[in-house]
Amino acid sequence: MTMPSSTLDHIVSGRRLRTRRYRMVLGLLAAVVAAFFVLALMVGQSVTPAGDVLRVLMGENVPGASFAVGQLRLPRALMCILAGLSFGLGGVAFQIMLRNPLASPDIIGITSGASAAAVFCIVVLSLSGPIVSIVAVIAGMGVALAVYGLSFRNGVAGTRLILVGIGVSAMLESFVAYILSQAPSWSLQETMRWLTGSVNGAQMAQALPLLLALVVFGGLLLSRWRDLEALRMGDDMAAALGVRVAVTRVLVIVGAVGLIASATAITGPIAFVAFLSGPIAARMVKSGGSLLVLAALVGAILVLVGDYVGQFVLPSRYPVGVVTGALGAPYLIYLIVRVNRAGGSL
Amino acid sequence: MSRSAKQITRPALLGRSNTARSAGFAGLVVALVLLCALSVAVGTRSVGWEDIAAALTGHVDSIGAAAVSVRIPRTFLALLAGASLGLAGAVMQGVTRNPLADPGILGVNMGASLAVVIGVAWFQISSAQAYIWVAILGAGGAAVFVYTIGSLGRGGATPLKLALAGAATSVAFASLVIAVVLPRNDIAGGIRSWQIGGVGGATFERIYPVLPFLAVGFLVSLLSARKLNSLALGDELAAGLGERVAIARAMAALGAILLCGATTAVCGPIGFLGLVVPHIFRLLIGVDHRWLLPFSAIGGACLLLLADMLGRVIARPAELEVGIVTAAIGAPFFIWIVRRQRIREL
Repeated sequence: MTMPSSTLDHIVSGRRLRTRRYRMVLGLLAAVVAAFFVLALMVGQSVTPAGDVLRVLMGENVPGASFAVGQLRLPRALMCILAGLSFGLGGVAFQIMLRNPLASPDIIGITSGASAAAVFCIVVLSLSGPIVSIVAVIAGMGVALAVYGLSFRNGVAGTRLILVGIGVSAMLESFVAYILSQAPSWSLQETMRWLTGSVNGAQMAQALPLLLALVVFGGLLLSRWRDLEALRMGDDMAAALGVRVAVTRVLVIVGAVGLIASATAITGPIAFVAFLSGPIAARMVKSGGSLLVLAALVGAILVLVGDYVGQFVLPSRYPVGVVTGALGAPYLIYLIVRVNRAGGSL
Repeated sequence: MSRSAKQITRPALLGRSNTARSAGFAGLVVALVLLCALSVAVGTRSVGWEDIAAALTGHVDSIGAAAVSVRIPRTFLALLAGASLGLAGAVMQGVTRNPLADPGILGVNMGASLAVVIGVAWFQISSAQAYIWVAILGAGGAAVFVYTIGSLGRGGATPLKLALAGAATSVAFASLVIAVVLPRNDIAGGIRSWQIGGVGGATFERIYPVLPFLAVGFLVSLLSARKLNSLALGDELAAGLGERVAIARAMAALGAILLCGATTAVCGPIGFLGLVVPHIFRLLIGVDHRWLLPFSAIGGACLLLLADMLGRVIARPAELEVGIVTAAIGAPFFIWIVRRQRIREL
């Protein structure tokens, strides 16, 4: 039986339209990231002309610009982008896999697991550097595993997992609060800043491990994007389409947790970026390609803009997490209302 | 009796005859008195009987007696706060007909925190009276807000939707709190320690202003027991029995909000106590609110005293804030309830 050619045409043209739209949005987002990156390099306390910025980037020594651009703005902007990409990608992977926009790592306890480990390393063990990131990644994985295991009862229901995650995250947060209450008071402001998520004092040396994590774990996620798309239709449907559901789940969890935890260890849990990026990206395109890359770009934009606003637009300087938290809160509420009404997912 | 009816009337371990309940209640009161005595005697510093006797008669001659005289108001505050939170939890679970309702999970405590922080930072409030009013306002606002969001959409306020709305609102409020506090170094330390939730450092001068609020809260809550029993049958049936559902619900909620708000104003947010206590007593004595409410109040006081003593003893010579102890005990309990319940999908 053949389909009537008019229907076929309709489907083909619709698909072409969606693909075109997807590519357009993708290009647009990438352009916006680039634009904000350039803006962050050029405009700070003072405005540096584009020519000077370019010369600094080429490695020339420009008096008056080398320090501001090369030492302050460049690492900071890079860190914003890397952290934003990691949070966006990790968050949306969870949301797609569990088919619920509220199943983001900040809500189900993975971010607080990584925070707790990092705070413990920094305050109690006086560690710093890559070892903190490694411990945070391991702890994040452990928490993900624990939440997954605790919500297992005749299979894992997404909703039960979210609620168990809320409980686990409350426990971890009380642990963090305890450690902070023991911390010397001179480091209080600093730890609070970190806990909100901040890219203050970013250095090139920190950006490299994050880049590495992004390549390894992000690559793992992107290589699975087709399976993830299938999981969106439900586990049974995905299995019928030939996806090995359990294996995909494990790989996606490893990839997403790796991203979230490495970024958290360096910048702190930047509030709501992991949570917001996916739903925002999902509203821009219907289909036509994977949400993963779009959400990652949205995450980068959120962090770049949030940090810029926190530094220069508000009356006093705030870390980026405060800005994204304040921006994210109303959106989160709106999202809950919308999910409640429609019962839908991403 | 039909099978389903049998399932609804769960067996109560202590029996449901009034004699058994009265005996249980008397036993609980005795336990509370013993715990109060212990709480005065046990602490970071071990003291002898003569010190306790001296402190109780108003003499502060030795270090031991001084230690005890600090513990007396602390014990009194723990007693009040525990009773308020236990009772408020039971009332909230009744009002929302929701096993996961708890002032901490529903974001009520966070609402009070945010209001107090804003009051301190922007309006320079400092009197205890102002603290209490602001906290109660914040608690009430947060409760109404979360309940409204959680009850939108299909099926009304299901456990999942309420818990999610509460968790999301808590996260949002928490980042707003940080946004308010961060630029103000002078108040950050004080607010941080208040935020963890503890009864340490209590003085009678700080407790007195809150007493009238608590008294009204206790009265309203305890008087709403019969109404909560009707509400437990479902709104239609309750209305059929001649109950004005909306008014009954508002009255009971008002009582709970008074209790939480006033307690939070003095102690900071103490989570999970209101969740755990009513569940324990529902298992022991059944679901009749006329018994459940007083049992929850006394039981909450017992549990908070225990948690406070635990915090004083396990971290010697330092102390663990009671808010951390209750979260560490309560979060696993929350997970247990989630696993036990058949949570409805969104």
